[in-house]
Amino acid sequence: MKKLINRPEDVVKEELEGIALAYPDLVKVHFNPNFIYRADAPIKGKVAVISGGGSGHEPMHGGFVGMGMLDAACPGEVFTSPTPDQMLEAAKTVYGGAGVLFIVKNYTGDVMNFEMAADMARMEGLRVLNILIDDDVAVKDSLYTAGRRGVGTTVLAEKICGAAAERGYDLKRVADICRRVNLNGRSMGMALTPCTVPMAGKPTFELGEDEMEVGIGIHGEPGRERMKIKTADEITEMLALSIIEDPEYRRTVREFDEEKGEWVDVELVSEPFRPGDRVLAFVNSMGGTPDIELPIIYRKLHEICEKKGLKIVRRLIGRYITSLEMQGCSITLLRMDDELIDLWDAPVKTPGLRWGV
Amino acid sequence: MPATTQDLLTCLYRMAEVIEANREFLTQLDAAIGDADHGINMDRGFKAALKKLPPVEDKDAGTILKTVGVTLVSTVGGAGGPLYGTAFMQAGTVLGGKYELEPQDVLAALEAALQGVVMRGKANLGDKTMVDALTPAVNALREALRNGASLADALEQAAAAAEQGMKDTIPMLAKKGRASYLGERSIGHQDPGATSTYLLLRAIADVAREKQGRA
Ligand SMILES: Nc1ncnc2c1ncn2[C@@H]1O[C@H](COP(=O)(O)OP(=O)(O)OP(=O)(O)O)[C@@H](O)[C@H]1O
Ligand SMILES: [Mg+2]
Repeated sequence: MKKLINRPEDVVKEELEGIALAYPDLVKVHFNPNFIYRADAPIKGKVAVISGGGSGHEPMHGGFVGMGMLDAACPGEVFTSPTPDQMLEAAKTVYGGAGVLFIVKNYTGDVMNFEMAADMARMEGLRVLNILIDDDVAVKDSLYTAGRRGVGTTVLAEKICGAAAERGYDLKRVADICRRVNLNGRSMGMALTPCTVPMAGKPTFELGEDEMEVGIGIHGEPGRERMKIKTADEITEMLALSIIEDPEYRRTVREFDEEKGEWVDVELVSEPFRPGDRVLAFVNSMGGTPDIELPIIYRKLHEICEKKGLKIVRRLIGRYITSLEMQGCSITLLRMDDELIDLWDAPVKTPGLRWGV
Repeated sequence: MPATTQDLLTCLYRMAEVIEANREFLTQLDAAIGDADHGINMDRGFKAALKKLPPVEDKDAGTILKTVGVTLVSTVGGAGGPLYGTAFMQAGTVLGGKYELEPQDVLAALEAALQGVVMRGKANLGDKTMVDALTPAVNALREALRNGASLADALEQAAAAAEQGMKDTIPMLAKKGRASYLGERSIGHQDPGATSTYLLLRAIADVAREKQGRA
């Protein structure tokens, strides 16, 4: 293992110490429990948007804390979900009196830890809603699995919900926006190389020199299929078509019903993409893929979308949701409407995403 | 002679030792069908739990177990944290105020632990999770006590049932947790969570047997 670290067990702690020193105008860092929060929090009367998850996906989530995006981010150990005490303390610290939205990627660990956190926060009188992101089309069915994982759409949801909260939308409306983004977003990723969790010291899976892994999540877990490596155009086509041709997706998720005061199962449906849809196209590096290769992916994606009648109205290209040093990429398409476009364009000022300010 | 809180503490220290000794093994199992963190997570959690024990050592069994549960929830992370944390907290609720544990108390605590895991994770038998080790263990314990076995013998049978349950996860197709994303590729691997559950029950059985041997 070759990494620019001191001791494996100090990676997350020292990362946070560095972030606090590097972006003092934007964020503050709280230790034990660990969370990054907006330097100007709490903002009275504004819904607080909080996310979190295992570390190793930087800049997500900590890099998205700031004006127009997240109020706080709770980092777990590398690839391990954060714990409820982190989310609870973060929620109390940034609470502006208008409620908290937890944006949760659909992984068993994250879901359970955020549910416990929401229950604990409610016991302390905070209003909290959890919305899941489950957009990874590599997972086919929801009946025999823990359901689709939360991947690229998470970044887009954090940006759009952050803008909605900034605009003064109330908690229910911000949660509705988040659910809408999730239902309209789909992603698919692939890896050319595995990655190494510092504490484990060894790659999370083995890949031959001429092999690639398709349908990976973002935690270095093996994917759906292993195959011989292909050209960028062929890979882009494979990823894009699995998104564009993905049929309707139904699943049952748990959401908190404030009127009933309990968790309820809700059935959600993602409609397939259709010609004429306006989309945001997001080409993401898994961490190790250099910027020179991403436009090559985008170029082909653009062509495929045109051929399929999808109109790309916004784009995001770069390294935003990663798996440490893994080489590979993911593609996300998000169906847009006027309101989502408007919220996407709204100003944002975070270490990892910044425009309009 | 009923078990004491001292025996409970001995179990908890033994659990931490066993988890530490199997840290790499559990992580390797998780690398095959998960994300290679189960042993690391559990070891971090039990080490943290041990540090929290000294101030509550002379408290009742419920307080001791809840302290461990709360610590696991806030230090393990992943799926293991909420699941094991809830299990210890639920067991602690059942043993609130008790300083001496009859065999039926031990059974009630493990039943509550299982219920906690199922409540939190909604896994069914056969989904390839820790439930597949814990369920047969609780059943074996109940059955053995009903047939008049000593606590140590009954716990031995529970550990044996957990071991069988753990091995039975090998041919299963995972339907919960991270391993479920692998579909067919999860078949042929032993579930890490079922393995850690067996190891914890093994630790309890060993401590009980040593105590019986001394008596
Ligand atoms: N819904 C569930 N119910 C019961 N046990 C579960 C469930 N989901 C997963 N598990 C158990 O958890 C074990 C994995 O625990 P681990 O601590 O590695 O969490 P994880 O899934 O890697 O979490 P994270 O994704 O946040 O890292 C599995 O081997 C399985 O036994
Ligand atoms: Mg794991």
